[in-house]
Amino acid sequence: MSKKTLTYILPVLTGIAFFGAWYAVRALLGEDGKFLLPTPDEILVAFREYGDQLWAAMLNTTKGAVIGFSFAVVVSFIFALVLSLTPMVRASLYPYLMILQMTPIIVLAPILILWVGPGLVSVTVITFLICFFPLTVNTTQGLISTDRNLVDLFTMCKATKAQEILMLRIPAALPYFFTGLRIAATLAPIGAIVGDFYAGNSAGGQGGLGFLTIVFSSQFKNAALFATAAASCGLGFLFAGIGIGLAWSSLHKWHDSYAKSDS
Amino acid sequence: MTVTVPIVKFDQVEKRYGDGPLILDRISFEAQRGDFISLIGPSGCGKSTILKLISGLNPISGGHATVESITPENAAEELAFVFQEPTLLPWLTVQRNVEVPLKIRGVESSRRAEVARKSLDLVGLAGREEAYPRQLSGGQKMRVSIARALSLSPKILLLDEPFGALDEMTRDHLNEELLAIRDRKAWTAFFVTHSVAESVFLSNRIFVLSANPGRIHREVRVDLPYPRTEETRQSSAYQKLVAEVTLLLRSVEGPRT
Repeated sequence: MSKKTLTYILPVLTGIAFFGAWYAVRALLGEDGKFLLPTPDEILVAFREYGDQLWAAMLNTTKGAVIGFSFAVVVSFIFALVLSLTPMVRASLYPYLMILQMTPIIVLAPILILWVGPGLVSVTVITFLICFFPLTVNTTQGLISTDRNLVDLFTMCKATKAQEILMLRIPAALPYFFTGLRIAATLAPIGAIVGDFYAGNSAGGQGGLGFLTIVFSSQFKNAALFATAAASCGLGFLFAGIGIGLAWSSLHKWHDSYAKSDS
Repeated sequence: MTVTVPIVKFDQVEKRYGDGPLILDRISFEAQRGDFISLIGPSGCGKSTILKLISGLNPISGGHATVESITPENAAEELAFVFQEPTLLPWLTVQRNVEVPLKIRGVESSRRAEVARKSLDLVGLAGREEAYPRQLSGGQKMRVSIARALSLSPKILLLDEPFGALDEMTRDHLNEELLAIRDRKAWTAFFVTHSVAESVFLSNRIFVLSANPGRIHREVRVDLPYPRTEETRQSSAYQKLVAEVTLLLRSVEGPRT
């Protein structure tokens, strides 16, 4: 068997073993199992039963995640441009950026809700905060890592600072920016769900996946809880996929890590 | 008697970075229009620094330097630099890379495209305009880099060991092409290299530098007629010069440990 077929077959085998073990553990648990560990088919049933609720929650979470993420992309880019100007600016702002990053978002969430109130706004702000750091740090790193010789070339051609930034530093920073973007894209739904977990029961009572988690767990609807987890996971994949897609579409023509090795 | 104004003149030029040690010590020379000057010497002798000083990228610390009778900083328009690495913008096509200096200077796009095409044609890359740098070989990338430098129609071309990373065949070939282009464009060249053979083949003057601090140890005149070809490399005059410069280089490098 070739190595290539193996790489396709092995994950499938792992999956089969995993699901087999799942059913086996369930059987071992006996009566308690029905509550503690719903089987995949029971989760599918829960999906059908709570489909409308789950769908609405997914849309809400997605909305918060997309808005927060988009704001983070724009603001972090401008912020990174400022940070890239001089080492002095970086020195004066970086420590505080670190402090923000080191404080777990889960602790900040209730404080933020106090400030801006529950609902979409706080979900957006929390998503923004969780996406902001990786975007800022990576983009800044990209903006200050421009090839020395290229900068010399621009200097020799008497390029203005604006030309240097627009024609050289920003395009050169794109691979770094997209690394940040891919990380932020996977964090965005997590941020939205965390925010929603605290602040989801917003105006109109329309919560997201985080809020639904609270609802289902308080009702001991464990199969539905698993379905919520699966939906969150799916959302994560969707966002990560979009992040990778965006990066690929802008970089594949010229950047080695995204380009096919043939041409 | 006619007095020719040197295109580049260094008079007792010194260079140090900050409070650091002296990098270049009393460098004096006059380059005439059309000179092809190679700078050769042990590593750390400051040969690349001389190029940086001519280009105005770095200021001199002492002495007097002029390019076209004005300070190097003000003469930037007369110069083009070819770096050790191809130094291309990987997100731009070959054509757009060559256009970069023109774009910075505000040349309008149809004129840019025309100049870039001519430049690429000159270095034998016609037909590859739409390729990206990653699709090119090392030699081809260097050609693009040279085409970009030529797009400015510089009077002076500064080349910092441009072919050092290439295999010998490609290097020999590019050396011949460089001279062929020079026949048509008549710029003055400063060429940093580690290769004695390359310096003899290309130049009419070779500055052999010694290190710590960098000084011009000796100038060798190469009176081989242009155009130079593979036959030049076979000639005894050429080989004698290679031997002579090699010996000079050994004497400044000192005994090997």
